[in-house]
Amino acid sequence: MAKKKFVVGCFEDEAVLFPAVKKVRAAGYKIHDVYTPFAVHGLDHAMGLRETSLHTAGFIYGITGTTTALSCISWILTKDWPLNIGGKPHFALPAWIPIMFELTVLFAAVGMVLTFCYLCQLAPGVKKHHFHARATDDLFVMAIECTDTTNTDDLQAFLQSNGAIELSVQVAEEGWWFGRYDNENVPFQNKEIVAA
Amino acid sequence: MASIKMQFEVPAKMKTWSLALIAVGLVALVTGLVTKGFSADEHEQTQFWGTLMYNTIFWTLVCNAAMFFIGVTTMAMGGFQQSFRRVPEAISTMVPIFGAITFAVLMYVIFGHKHHIYHWLDTEAVAKDPILKGKSGFLNPVFFVIWTTLTIGLWSLFGWRIRKLNNEADGEPMTAEQGATFIYKNTVRAATFLVWFGLTVGSTIPWLWMMSIDPHWYSTMYSWYTFASSFVSGMSLIALWVIYLKNKGYLELTTQEHLHDIGKFMFAFSVFWTYLWFSQYMLIWYANIPEETIYFKHRVQGPYKGIFFLNLIINFLCPLLILMKRSAKRNYTLVAFMAVLILFGHWIDFYQMVMGSLSKEHVTLGWLDFGILSLFVGLMIFFVSRALASKPLIPKSHPFLKESIIHQV
Repeated sequence: MAKKKFVVGCFEDEAVLFPAVKKVRAAGYKIHDVYTPFAVHGLDHAMGLRETSLHTAGFIYGITGTTTALSCISWILTKDWPLNIGGKPHFALPAWIPIMFELTVLFAAVGMVLTFCYLCQLAPGVKKHHFHARATDDLFVMAIECTDTTNTDDLQAFLQSNGAIELSVQVAEEGWWFGRYDNENVPFQNKEIVAA
Repeated sequence: MASIKMQFEVPAKMKTWSLALIAVGLVALVTGLVTKGFSADEHEQTQFWGTLMYNTIFWTLVCNAAMFFIGVTTMAMGGFQQSFRRVPEAISTMVPIFGAITFAVLMYVIFGHKHHIYHWLDTEAVAKDPILKGKSGFLNPVFFVIWTTLTIGLWSLFGWRIRKLNNEADGEPMTAEQGATFIYKNTVRAATFLVWFGLTVGSTIPWLWMMSIDPHWYSTMYSWYTFASSFVSGMSLIALWVIYLKNKGYLELTTQEHLHDIGKFMFAFSVFWTYLWFSQYMLIWYANIPEETIYFKHRVQGPYKGIFFLNLIINFLCPLLILMKRSAKRNYTLVAFMAVLILFGHWIDFYQMVMGSLSKEHVTLGWLDFGILSLFVGLMIFFVSRALASKPLIPKSHPFLKESIIHQV
């Protein structure tokens, strides 16, 4: 995937972050993402993110599970291999409901986990670029995507005037890729220890 | 809070409507009493008292569920309900009123010796019946009267204590220490209520009041099933009042976020109700033992077939499919519609639970049922609106009120 340039501003407080997000958007910049140490209520609205379609996907997986269970079990027990179980009718719907329920849950759960990983671009072995290591600890990190015409110095000054405590310009590959780290962006530096 | 309307005033139109509903209900009640209640025919008598029974029990349990909601959210240290907590509080003021009516009706059934309703009242039949003899420690008039008195009395008392304590939240702002004491006291009173609620609604009362109509049959799921029914209806009633008040421009601090949570309760407990419904049904269907299937025989294959499946459609399929989406739970019109539908559905559920056992040959649903329903709806609107008007709508000094204001889901 193509490399892109980002201006990264770090904030220490969510009370500072919120107005900054609004101002950055009002100024017409495109926020790539905001990385926070914990889920911040209302940030998705402030960033103007659209509602996730994960639940719609979940519903579709769920009814797929129900249909699979019902069609499979009804075909087996009424057409393919009818058995007399305790004198019950072959089409014994109440007895199948637990199985239909379980398959609904199974399909919905597995499907949603996979979809969630796809939407967040997560998979085993995938490496992602870290804009700032402290985003997982105590820092709110806002990454703004630059275009050809973006003046990074202006943007950094703008972020600083809105309360950013740390600024940087980073070039990173967007999205996901397999198997390698960008060497310049190793989150923890392995320093050589020289014996005295 | 200068711009916030703290005081609800009962609109004249609402009062007129509630009185009109009560009048219609009273006409139905008197006509029913004359034509059926005092009729020489046992079937007619049974139908009349059965109709009164399921209506009073339904409305008492629904209004008590509002206090259960307050108790549970208090124990969970919940904050989101504070901006509209006066609504469930006002609904729970109906417990003593509807409780008294329930008590009167049940006492009439017991002391009027209506053994067509409670077969176990017939001492001669019990003496010859080993099953009823074995249950006579539980199913006897003395236990019934004492337990019913205690139940209704303590629901009313504990609910009143919680409401009374919360008047403090209308006073001056509390210091941190005062707030902590207030919350602690709330927790203790809510816990007391919940323990008693568990002992009654969660176990004995539905067995005693409704399941004992079929004294040979039993289901341990029955009480939980009744509880789920009453709680989901209680949430729907709270939703209706909240939406009504929002519509009239009150409850400014209650937003879509709170409605979303109420909607979630309605959705979740509809599914919970179905879970219990199915747990009761499937085991009996699977085991296929005559003494157990007798309860479902005339409901699934007999005259109650239509109502039985309508019940499932209204109370399970509709809430499941309609309330599933987030946008549906945040839509005032849709939640109001679903609340009415759920209340009606569970009223029908109570109807088939009681009348399905009293009148096995034919469905009696008719003018009497809807007339008595109108009486209870009228009473509910009349007294709840009065209770709402008697107090500030927002507990302005409640320590958790801020949590409710900034609530977001």
